[in-house]
Amino acid sequence: MANRPAYQVLKMKLLNSLLMLTVISLLAGCGQRETRVEVAAREQILLYGNKTEPQDLDPHVVEGVGEHTIIATLLEGLVAEDPKTLDPVPGLAERWEMSPDGKVYTFHIRSNAKWSNGDPVTADDFVKSYRRILTPSLGSKYSYMLYPMKNAKAFNEGKITDPAQLGIRAVDARTLELTLECPTSYLLNSMASHYTWWAVHMPTVEKYGDPYKPGNKWTRPENYVGNGPFILTEWVPNSVIRVRKNTNYWDAANVRLNGVDFLPIESVDSEERSFRAGQLHRTEELPNGKIDAYRKDNPQLLRMDDYLGNYFYRLNVTHPALKDKRVRRALNQAIDRQAIVDTVTRGGQKPAFAFTPPGTAGYTSRTQLKFDLEGAKKLLAEAGYPDGKGLPPIEIHYNTSENHRAIAETIQQMWKKNLGVDATLRNEEWKVYMDTQSSTNYVVSRAGWIGDYPDPNTFLETFLSAGGNNRTGWGSAEYDRLINQAACTNDKQQRFELLQQAEAILLDELPLLPIYYYTRVYLLSPMVKNWHPNYQDHHPFKYVYLEAPAK
Amino acid sequence: MFRFIVARLLQTIPVLFVVATLTFFMVRVMPGGPFDSERALAPEIKHELEAYYGFDKPVAQQYLIYLGRLLHGDLGPSTKFANRSVNEMIAATFPVSLQLGGMALGLALLLGITAGVIAALRPNSSLDYSASGISMMGICLPTFVLGPLLVFAFALKLRWVNASGWFDATDRILPTVTLGIAYAAYVARLTRGGMLEILSQDFIRTARAKGASEVRIISRHALRGGLLPVISYLGPAAAGILTGSFVIETIFQIPGLGRHFVTSTFNRDSSMITGIVVFYALLIVFFNLVVDILQIWFNPKLKF
Repeated sequence: MANRPAYQVLKMKLLNSLLMLTVISLLAGCGQRETRVEVAAREQILLYGNKTEPQDLDPHVVEGVGEHTIIATLLEGLVAEDPKTLDPVPGLAERWEMSPDGKVYTFHIRSNAKWSNGDPVTADDFVKSYRRILTPSLGSKYSYMLYPMKNAKAFNEGKITDPAQLGIRAVDARTLELTLECPTSYLLNSMASHYTWWAVHMPTVEKYGDPYKPGNKWTRPENYVGNGPFILTEWVPNSVIRVRKNTNYWDAANVRLNGVDFLPIESVDSEERSFRAGQLHRTEELPNGKIDAYRKDNPQLLRMDDYLGNYFYRLNVTHPALKDKRVRRALNQAIDRQAIVDTVTRGGQKPAFAFTPPGTAGYTSRTQLKFDLEGAKKLLAEAGYPDGKGLPPIEIHYNTSENHRAIAETIQQMWKKNLGVDATLRNEEWKVYMDTQSSTNYVVSRAGWIGDYPDPNTFLETFLSAGGNNRTGWGSAEYDRLINQAACTNDKQQRFELLQQAEAILLDELPLLPIYYYTRVYLLSPMVKNWHPNYQDHHPFKYVYLEAPAK
Repeated sequence: MFRFIVARLLQTIPVLFVVATLTFFMVRVMPGGPFDSERALAPEIKHELEAYYGFDKPVAQQYLIYLGRLLHGDLGPSTKFANRSVNEMIAATFPVSLQLGGMALGLALLLGITAGVIAALRPNSSLDYSASGISMMGICLPTFVLGPLLVFAFALKLRWVNASGWFDATDRILPTVTLGIAYAAYVARLTRGGMLEILSQDFIRTARAKGASEVRIISRHALRGGLLPVISYLGPAAAGILTGSFVIETIFQIPGLGRHFVTSTFNRDSSMITGIVVFYALLIVFFNLVVDILQIWFNPKLKF
C-alpha cells in the first residue's frame, strides 16, 4: 500500500493519545468501589462459598457436607452444638433426661419452639419424621445414623413394618421418649451434629408430594417450612441460595446475622478469585498451589483447621502381593508421612500414625504406627521378598485428581527407594473408581473417611467384616466382637478401652495405611466474628456476626 | 422452500431417534452407577431407589418407557437433584446459556465482520496484518486462559466488575467477551477470505465503474456474497457456543446448561445425560436448518 500522508499519521497519533487519556481518566475516576463483602457486612449478610449445588434441602434425603451447612441454618435438632466445643447444648428441647441404664432418653421441647409458619414444634413432629427417614421407600442414604434407636435397623431394612415398634414415642405434645437398642454414649453428639436427627414439618411434606418417596417438592423456597434460625427465601440452582432471619425462631432475639447467601462455586480457582474480588466472606477450599502465597502475604485470611478425617490407602488383603501381613507392615514403615505433609499437601495436615484422629472426643489411639526403614526391609525379606524381589506388582489406584496423583507418586518413589518395590499408578474417574473399590478390584486404593459424629466409633466401625465400607477383604472376629461390645457399653472409659484394643488389632493387621489427618484449608474474611475452628467445621450461624471494617 | 423445510424436519426424526437410543445404551454400559458413593448404601435402600427410578426393570423395558416419555416431551427425574425433573433443569438453565451465547455470538459477528471487512479492503496493509494477528491470537488463546486473565485485570486489579456470578448486568460483560473473542477471530478470518474473493469479481468492478461509492459497494454488493462462509459457519458456531460453554460457565460461575451437561455424566445422572443430549441434538438440527435457509436467501446460486 502507498505511504500515508503525514497529516494522517498525525491524526492517528492524536486519536491514540486521546484514547489513552480516556482510559486513564476512567481508571482514576472509578477508584475502588465498595465491595460486596463490605456492603453485606453492613447488612449482616454472610457471603459463604459452599462449593457444590445441593442435591436437595431435605435432611432425610441428602448426604453431603455442603447440604449440611445450609440445612443447619433452616432446621435445628432437639440438641444443638456449642459454637466452640460442639458439645451438645439445648436446642429445640430445653432439657432432657437419661434413664440410669442409658437406654431411654426423654426430651422436653420448649414451649416457644415454633415452625416458620407459626405452628408449634411438637413431639409428634419428631415421631413422624423418624418414621419417615426410616421408611425404606424413601431411600434415605443416611438413615443408618438412626440405628442406635430401638428397631430402627429392622424397620429400615423392611424386616418389621409396624412403625409403632420403633423406639420413639410422644408422651405428650412436648415430651418425646427415645428408646435405644443399647446405651449409646455418643447419641447426643450425633443428634446435635447430624441433620438425619432433625424433624421436618410433615403437613408441608405431605402437601407437596408423597412423603415416603424421593422427589418431594416441599423444599422449594416458596414451600419450605423450617424451625431453625433462618428461612429459605431464594434458591437459584448453581447460582445462589439465600436464607434470611426467621422471626418465629425461639431464640431469634439472639441471632445476629440477618441472613446468609450460599454461593455454590464449584471451581476452586474461581472461588479464590471471587474471594479476592470481595464477593465472599468465606471460601470452602483453597487451591493447594496458593497456600504458600497466602501464608507469606496474607496469613490473616488463611485458615487451616484440624478436621475429623483420615486420608488413607486401602490394602486388598486378598491380593497375592498383600496377603502376608509382613508385606503390609513393610509398606507402612517405608512411608515417610512427615515428608508428604511437608512437601506435598502443605495445608497443615498432620501425619497419621493411627486411624482415629487424635483427640476425637478425648480418644487417642495408644497404638501408633512408625516410620522405620530398617524394620521395613527386614520384614519384606522375612516375607520372602528381599529388596522387593519376587513381589507381585503393586498398583496404586486413586480417583483422578492432581493432589491424589502427587501423593501416589511420592509413595511410589518411597517404596522404590526404601524397599525396592515397584508400584504403578492407575487413576479412574470418581464413579468408576468407586465401583472398582467396592468390588475390591484393586491392590492399593486411595480412600478418605470423614467422621459423621465426634466419636472413634464412626471410624472404627467401618472395618467391621460385614461392613459395606470395609472394601479390603479383611475381617477379624475379635475386632468385630470388640466393636460390637463397645457399641453397647455405656461407661466411657470402658468403651474407649474396648475401642483401643480394636484399633490395636486394626493397626497390627493393617488392611489400611493411614497417611494424614485432614485439615480444612480455606479463606476467611476478618469481618467474620464469633467463628471458632473445630474438628467438624461446624459453625452454627446463629452465633456468627459480621463487623464491617472502619472507614 | 416449504417442501425443503418439511423434508428437513422429517429427516430430524430418525436423527433424534438414533441419538436418543445411542445415548440411552451408552449410559447403561458406563461403569459405576448413580448411587455409588464413598459411604456404602444398604442393599435394601439401594433396591428401593432403583425401583423408584425404574432401574430394576429389564433394560429393554426401561428403554421403551424412556422412549414413551420422550414422545411426550418428558425427560424424566434427576437422580442427583432429588426434587427436580430434567425438564425443569433445562427450563431453568437454558435461558442463561442462550443469553450468554446470543450475546457472545452477537459480539463475535460485530467484531469479526468489522475486522474482516477492514482487513479485506486493505489487503496486506499493516491494518490487515494487525487484524489478522489479533484474530490469530483470539483463536489460539483458549477461553480458560483468557477468562482468568480478564478477571485478573478487570475484577481483581481494576475492580470494575465481579469475578464471578450472574446477578448484575455488569456480570455479563467478561463472560460474553471471553466467549465471543474466540469466535470473533474465526469470523474475521472467514469474512476477510470471503470478501477478498468477492471484491475481485467482475460485478464489483462494474459497480465501481458505474461510480458507486465504496460504502455502497461494500454494503449493497460485496457483503451479501462475502459473508457466505460466515453464514455456513454460524450453524456449528451457534451449536458450539451453546453446548460448549461449560468452561466459561465454570470460570465465571454462571448457572447455565453447559455445567449440568458435564456434571451429569460425573454423577451418572442417566435421565439428565440423555435429556440434555437429546435437547442439544434438537438444537443443533434446528440451527443447521436455520443456516441452510439463510444460505439460500443469501446465495443467489442456490435456488429451490
